[in-house]
Amino acid sequence: MNRFLAMETLRKWVPLLVLAGLCLFFTAMNPHFLTPRNFARIAISSSPVLMVAIGVTFVILMGSIDLSMEGTVAVCAVLFALTLNALGGSIAGWGWVAIPVALFVGAVMGAVNGLVHVRLRIPSFMASLSLGFVGIGLSLLITGGDRILIDDPLFRSLLTVRVGGFPLMMYAALACLLVAWFIQDHTTTGRNFYAVGGGEDLARASGLNVGRLRIIGFVLAGMFYALGAIFAVARLGIAETETGRNFMFMSITSVVVGGTALRGGEGGVWNTLIGVLIVNVIGNGMVVIGLADYFQDGVLGLLVITAVWLSTDRRSLSFVK
Amino acid sequence: MFELQNIEKRYTGVHVLKGVDFRIDDGEIIGLVGENGAGKSTLMKIIYGAVQQDGGTILVDGQAVTFRTPRDAMKMGVGMVYQEQSLIPNLTVMENIFLGFERPFVRFGAIRWKKMAKAARVQLAKVGLDIDPATITSRLTFAQRQLVELAKVLALEERVEGKLVILLDEPTSVLSRDEIELLFSVVRALRRRASFIFVSHRLDEILALSDRIYVLKDGAVVDVMIAKDASIATIQKEMVGRDISTEYYREDRQFPYDEEKVLLELDHVGIVGRGNDVSLKLHAGEVLALVGVEGSGREPILRTIFGMLRPEKGTLRIRGKPVNRFSPSHSVAHGIGYIPRERKIEGIASGMNVFENMTLSQMKNYTKGGVLNIAAERKLAREWIGKLSIKVPSEYADCGNLSGGNQQKVVLAKWRSGGSDIILLDHPTRGLDIGAKEDVYAMIRDMSADGVGIILIADTLEEAIGLSHTIAVIKDGDIKQWFNCQPGAKPSLYDLIQHMV
Repeated sequence: MNRFLAMETLRKWVPLLVLAGLCLFFTAMNPHFLTPRNFARIAISSSPVLMVAIGVTFVILMGSIDLSMEGTVAVCAVLFALTLNALGGSIAGWGWVAIPVALFVGAVMGAVNGLVHVRLRIPSFMASLSLGFVGIGLSLLITGGDRILIDDPLFRSLLTVRVGGFPLMMYAALACLLVAWFIQDHTTTGRNFYAVGGGEDLARASGLNVGRLRIIGFVLAGMFYALGAIFAVARLGIAETETGRNFMFMSITSVVVGGTALRGGEGGVWNTLIGVLIVNVIGNGMVVIGLADYFQDGVLGLLVITAVWLSTDRRSLSFVK
Repeated sequence: MFELQNIEKRYTGVHVLKGVDFRIDDGEIIGLVGENGAGKSTLMKIIYGAVQQDGGTILVDGQAVTFRTPRDAMKMGVGMVYQEQSLIPNLTVMENIFLGFERPFVRFGAIRWKKMAKAARVQLAKVGLDIDPATITSRLTFAQRQLVELAKVLALEERVEGKLVILLDEPTSVLSRDEIELLFSVVRALRRRASFIFVSHRLDEILALSDRIYVLKDGAVVDVMIAKDASIATIQKEMVGRDISTEYYREDRQFPYDEEKVLLELDHVGIVGRGNDVSLKLHAGEVLALVGVEGSGREPILRTIFGMLRPEKGTLRIRGKPVNRFSPSHSVAHGIGYIPRERKIEGIASGMNVFENMTLSQMKNYTKGGVLNIAAERKLAREWIGKLSIKVPSEYADCGNLSGGNQQKVVLAKWRSGGSDIILLDHPTRGLDIGAKEDVYAMIRDMSADGVGIILIADTLEEAIGLSHTIAVIKDGDIKQWFNCQPGAKPSLYDLIQHMV
């Protein structure tokens, strides 16, 4: 029993050890890796992904999966940019309304996702994958394939203004992380996500409204995707269908690498933070040491398999489907 | 006082409960017994609100009530301690206790953990459990979890007016002797807070704990007994509707085994993670029972023989030949059949029909060039359905829908028809009613007569004594004592128990 507990404790810290190990490795390969400028770069690339990954963390904690993030991010980004530009082009004026609009759009898309999954009893995997495509189509329909430029200096200050060497975006992202952590650990809803992930039928027998919880989970996820979309637009100054690209792989990889179990009930947003950093450190580090970027995807793919393999005691599973 | 009057229930034409009357007074412990299919579980589901009755009334303190969900029942003070433990393993103990009832601990949307922990300690104290409420539930032992479940139900006390009614569904099935005693003393101590409905297959426990005993048969209450006037024999008689003969275990059909023919030999085998040393011989026609408390290391021995675990040392010989490759498929090829405790998980492929299940382990005998000969499979299935009198509409029936006894027979047919002559039985009668148990005992005798060697982990000690030729008492992974069990010279329960603990 003690050995078992020790293993479990160790497993909990593996992601952090991996992150530290990676930093040491890349620093050894190229000392430029360990500079504040480079860390700021990692922070910028991590912020949007962190939001999306936090969103999907909630869903994964319940034992479901959400693959709609690319579509949701695209729609939220495009509608955010359109609203901002339509309302005067600056968040100093009425343009700030674009932020709640984006969050609302994300929430609605999450709600649709959750309703399709719960009410029509379609597996979350299929429901969200399909609705993700619907989202991408929708964003193309709205933009007609065009890019929408944002040149509001106040909004772009998320990227351009730096405090302590790091852009404002990172602090905003950390604030959102704290909110997510509060929801996860200190609200009934958040704790009930763990209950559903740990044993859905048992949770139902205790009187939890599991269907409603799932829908709430997807709505929350949608709102965090919207935050991801806003950061992504702030980072590039452009909103288009392509804004959503690559978020699915990056966010799910981050969640899994961070140690949140895909079967649900284990892990959380702090794991996701570590996971996002691992993924971005690898991406950044490989550029710093001069490897071609197509290596990244390959390495990340292998990393996911390793993480899933490490994350559970495989011997205790008799079957794997 | 909790009362059921004239409860009726039908499922798609089957009359499951036929006008059941049931009454439980405050502080009373009621034993509820009946064979599988007698309607016990339906009755319980109606009591705790998982199922609604078609007719009749439920009265709580004289007031008619309707339970649409288990939550409605909880609000009236009726709580259920589930047979399959209903705690969510990844949550803390306190979260489990207050799951679905977190509201009193929430302020401005945030859960106040300290307040919840304090309240949880109060509940845990009621069952005499001294653990940190913030412990993750999966780290508790089974017995501790059972007590936490009880504490969870007792937490209803503060939320409802009047006394609680708590259902205990087979609460002892996963507990050891000491743990059962602990649970019983807790239940007795809680009588002033709640009344209990205690459901168990173990009649000795029913007698030990209950005040009155309701006997269900075919959906009706056939008798209500005062426990101190009842005996196991009288209850059994009421349950089955006839006398259980002394020939229950078919001892008249226990014949000496063939001492010359050793089917299986373990020669100083060390079981993984046990650091032990097990030696035994299984002869043709012998029933060898392994007895011991839960966790004494009986199952790993079976799993090692079946090739699911690789021994750390020593030699395993099948018909004199040492085994050097350990895998279930290798063992199956050498005539070993394994009937696991978890029928649903390892024994039966539900969703597959009877003949598919029977030929699952011997598919190659029924294929030509990769194509299945279904006609031959069906013929085999029909043959064995007849031989073992398996109750199925046809060989096309889905095994997942069969009763426990019939599933067990399909599994046995699977191994026997494939020519296995070393059969490992892990709790073959667990969860079966008396009639189905007798069928299983008869099958064991039939197999012995055919020269099959059987290693048995029995559900009860009586069963082990009654069925076996030889008993090995296992404690902490090692064989502590051997007993010879020839008819007429069988060891007593006491003989065995003193070596078990």
